[in-house]
Amino acid sequence: MREESVLNLGSALTHAGVLKRLKSLAPLLGGLLALLLGAVLLQLSGANPLQAYGVMLAGAFGGGRQLTETLLRATPLLIIGLGMTIAFRCRVWNIGAEGQYYIGALCGSVVALALPDLGPGLLIPLMFMAGILGGVIWSGIAGLLHLQRGVNLIICTLMLNYIGILLVQYAARVPLQQPDGFLPESAQFSANAQIPTLLGTRLHWGVLLAFGLVGVVYILLWQTPLGLQLRAVGSRLSVARCAGINTSRSILIALMISGGLAGLAGIIEVSYTYTRLKGDISDNFGFGGILVALLGQRQPVGVVVAALLFSALMVGAQSLNVVLQIPASVAQVIQAIVVLFVLAGQAIAQRESL
Amino acid sequence: MWAQVLTWSFGVALFTAGIRLAVPVLLAVLGEIITERSGVMNLGLEGVMLVGSLAGFITAHSIEQSTGMISVAAWGGLAAGLLAGAVMGWIMAVLTVTLRSDQVVTGVTLVLLGQGLTSYVFRQNAGLAGARVKGLDSWAIPGFSDIPIVGDILFNHNVMVYLTAVLVFLCWFFLFRTNWGLELRAVGENPAAVDTSGLRVDHIRYRAVMLGSALAGLGGAVLTVVQLNIFTENITAGRGWIAIALVFFSRWQPGGAMIGALLFGIADALQYRIQALGFKNIPYEFLLMLPYVLTLVALLWRTGRSAAPAALGIPYVKGER
Repeated sequence: MREESVLNLGSALTHAGVLKRLKSLAPLLGGLLALLLGAVLLQLSGANPLQAYGVMLAGAFGGGRQLTETLLRATPLLIIGLGMTIAFRCRVWNIGAEGQYYIGALCGSVVALALPDLGPGLLIPLMFMAGILGGVIWSGIAGLLHLQRGVNLIICTLMLNYIGILLVQYAARVPLQQPDGFLPESAQFSANAQIPTLLGTRLHWGVLLAFGLVGVVYILLWQTPLGLQLRAVGSRLSVARCAGINTSRSILIALMISGGLAGLAGIIEVSYTYTRLKGDISDNFGFGGILVALLGQRQPVGVVVAALLFSALMVGAQSLNVVLQIPASVAQVIQAIVVLFVLAGQAIAQRESL
Repeated sequence: MWAQVLTWSFGVALFTAGIRLAVPVLLAVLGEIITERSGVMNLGLEGVMLVGSLAGFITAHSIEQSTGMISVAAWGGLAAGLLAGAVMGWIMAVLTVTLRSDQVVTGVTLVLLGQGLTSYVFRQNAGLAGARVKGLDSWAIPGFSDIPIVGDILFNHNVMVYLTAVLVFLCWFFLFRTNWGLELRAVGENPAAVDTSGLRVDHIRYRAVMLGSALAGLGGAVLTVVQLNIFTENITAGRGWIAIALVFFSRWQPGGAMIGALLFGIADALQYRIQALGFKNIPYEFLLMLPYVLTLVALLWRTGRSAAPAALGIPYVKGER
């Protein structure tokens, strides 16, 4: 008798376990469905979806050169996404990564242009620090407006996006413009201010730094008292307050870390890809980074996967444009559909019952 | 140079343009007020407006090309914008109301979707680049438009401007003087109580999100079909984001929305005009910043969460308190 009931219980448990496992696959299933919908879109625009996906895959992963491009594109997305992971774990809705990225690029560029002859071993870290500082200040302004004056944080960070981008466009056109240049851009950075590449590749130190940050963010969130505080504030504000956590301080810290990392991404992109400050230095990395954090389930390793997926879609869409003359903005559409379907899958997976 | 600015004709032109520029934003703000009053925050407005602007433009352009009926084309385009907005709203509602996904994330994704989709469709159809539509002529209201200064500023616009003004009133009437409005606001304040009284929270939210997005889509269509008569990528240029900020400024009141949108419109018009006059000592980037800075400054003096719907941003789960 007893054995039988234990057996029944056991089978019930495994049954529930299987169901749970199936449900946890829902986000993945969502992603696949999204790719299917993308195929329909490609078909509608007169391309063979299989061929188109093949072209994209080859364009993003087909060889050393392609893989390098995908890794380079993923770097700013990954850095911003990691920062956003910290912010979102603390339920801080920082929608201003784009502006923080621009201001970071501006501050780093000022250092690069002011000290062109400094050795790269000193200049590059200084530029990075300036970039981080820029992002921290820009997000800090939003934080102060929010915490001191009660302005909605989403609105603050949003408005500062536009103000930040316009400020950079002004800086590149007037005060920092190349002497006797016609274009609204600064002089090219000295060789010392351009991030060195890793032995014989096009990959630079910023890529390594970005992957190193994955571990740092993981440790910060799960192995330090600060991480515990931030996550506590994110999960239950009232409980955290009762536990004696200074919630305003936590919110400001999470906001500033995410802003600082966005600023770091900005100066890395400018130092490597553009090698000068311009008015247009982002491929929607700010908003892309936000979505990458969420697509990666706010887990550092998940963010790596999501950033690589986003970047592969962008890089792959460029060869799609060259080979099949399909507009590269198809990447954005597929990115959005993937996020929407994964969100849906996630929501279904989290439900108690269907 | 200042002599050029401090004249009656400059002022009249400024305010006339300000009213015109306010219309697309105001439509989006009214829509978002309806949406947020039901407890859902649709951050995807920028994407919704973009989709509405392209759908409206394509419809108006193809009707104009095939039949040559200009006003049919314009109204058809506006209707298409409305409809496209509603479809975007439906996507938002499925995710945030039925599946209870996070509203902020879903909204940001909707912006990406709108930007990608409009850019994709626009580039796929080579005929759209450089294409123009005729739009709506302005219609001076007989009698009123002859009043000096005021007549020029207020009563010499296209019909959409007047309709939007009427819509501000209708929106207020709907929200505060009808049963539907009462139910909608109740869902935004205390969904559990509405649920207990036997009404469907999800149905009401679906209607609010889709109606709100439809208005934002209409705003986008007004921009391309009636005002600019062209479509280019990212033509809404942040108006959707501004609209979200203005909802907070308005304290979720249609009247406040009108004031906020007019301030934005006038700041926008001022920025164009100062640039055109060539004030060299004011960099144009700072003029472009004006609407964003003013919105932020205005919010500093209109703070306090008390005006916001209590359940704003919180998904409703039956039986959970």
